[in-house]
Amino acid sequence: MDFAFMARYAPLYVDAALLTLRIAAVGIALSLLAGLVCGLTQYYRVPIGKNIAAAYIELSRNTPLLVQLFFLYFGLPKAGIRLSSEVCAYIGLTFLGGGYMAEAFRSGLESIEKIQVESGLSLGLTRAQVMRCIVLPQAAAISLPGICANMIFLIKETSVFSVLALADLMYVAKDLIGLYYKTNEALTMLVAFYLLILLPVSTVLSLVERKFRYAGYGSQSAV
Amino acid sequence: MQDMGVRVLFEGANGVRLLKGLWTALRISLLSMAFSFVLGTLLGCAMTLKNPVVKAAAKIYLEFIRIMPQLVLLFLAYFGMTKAFGIQLSGYASALIVFTMWGTAEMGDLVRGVLISIPKHQYLSGLALGLSPWRVYLHIIFPQSARRLIPLAINLSTRMIKTTSLVVLIGVVEVLKVGQQIIEANRYAAPSGALWVYGAVFLLYFIACYPISSLARLLENKWKG
Repeated sequence: MDFAFMARYAPLYVDAALLTLRIAAVGIALSLLAGLVCGLTQYYRVPIGKNIAAAYIELSRNTPLLVQLFFLYFGLPKAGIRLSSEVCAYIGLTFLGGGYMAEAFRSGLESIEKIQVESGLSLGLTRAQVMRCIVLPQAAAISLPGICANMIFLIKETSVFSVLALADLMYVAKDLIGLYYKTNEALTMLVAFYLLILLPVSTVLSLVERKFRYAGYGSQSAV
Repeated sequence: MQDMGVRVLFEGANGVRLLKGLWTALRISLLSMAFSFVLGTLLGCAMTLKNPVVKAAAKIYLEFIRIMPQLVLLFLAYFGMTKAFGIQLSGYASALIVFTMWGTAEMGDLVRGVLISIPKHQYLSGLALGLSPWRVYLHIIFPQSARRLIPLAINLSTRMIKTTSLVVLIGVVEVLKVGQQIIEANRYAAPSGALWVYGAVFLLYFIACYPISSLARLLENKWKG
């Protein structure tokens, strides 16, 4: 191991890790939004909207991100739609994540019994209030494990963005291997940096999950 | 210009070549699935043992494999092994090894989850009826576990199929690579080929995965009660 080499190129990895985190953060935020919209569309059975949401969910869940990115980045410019690689990354991650998040939200929303909504309405709450104050908090707690798993999954999926020539961790590692043939060092740092990103995130998420495991109205029995 | 692009898919053997490329990717996922279902079941059973050493070892293996992006694992096997140990694996072999290791971890976790979800009184009642521990597993635990496990395992296989698309990045000639070759070969004859070829690859993956995930959902709903 050439530690001097590793120290010299650590800043490259730090920048790359920040890029990975930024893409992941924006992608996760957007996919939460997309997922919530799709989940609500399906929950309220909005005509046409629910079919579009269902088709979108199936399409995004049954195709690999890499193939989606190739289509976005190399395919679409031929149809006159030219996107920068970072925009492609955001769209790709959101397209993929939205489908997964929608499923998580939907399962949460559907597990809330109808009587909860009816009770809320009979107490004089508006539909929006019922959703905001009664259904969503409970549904969110039930969806949370799924959402957390999806977040980790999405952070891991950012590793394919090197094909869009974005200088993320994979890209830097591959570059260093190609330039200096320091494969051991480059890969060790790659693993170290991914652990540095993913271990804290997964620890925090499992703590959050444990903290919010309170809503158990009929759906979650403590076996 | 658009209609010239779509022609690329049907010219010569292009369509067949794409399908063959897809088959390369599918074969990797099918083979590693077969290995990892067997190994994962063993791992999952081992994780329910009380032995702390086995438990700790399995846990560390599981956490490491599952937290690393699969692409990193592929790089470790393909580039890392060669440099560090002088073991030269082809892209195909390293993909098989990595996906088997990853699938084993995922499958092990599913098996463990299913086994501990079977209520304890099922074990105890079996033992109280005078069955040997082995028979309790064979006749009582496994049949119940299988119903919960099969939909999850099928879902895992669609994830593996999707993840095998990554092998193009370690030089395996699969459907994306074949697509690139077709696009390059027709660069001047059909400039808009990329749109159609990548669109076709997108659809091919959907056609491969959608029936499988629908089957998983169907079984899940059927066996829920």
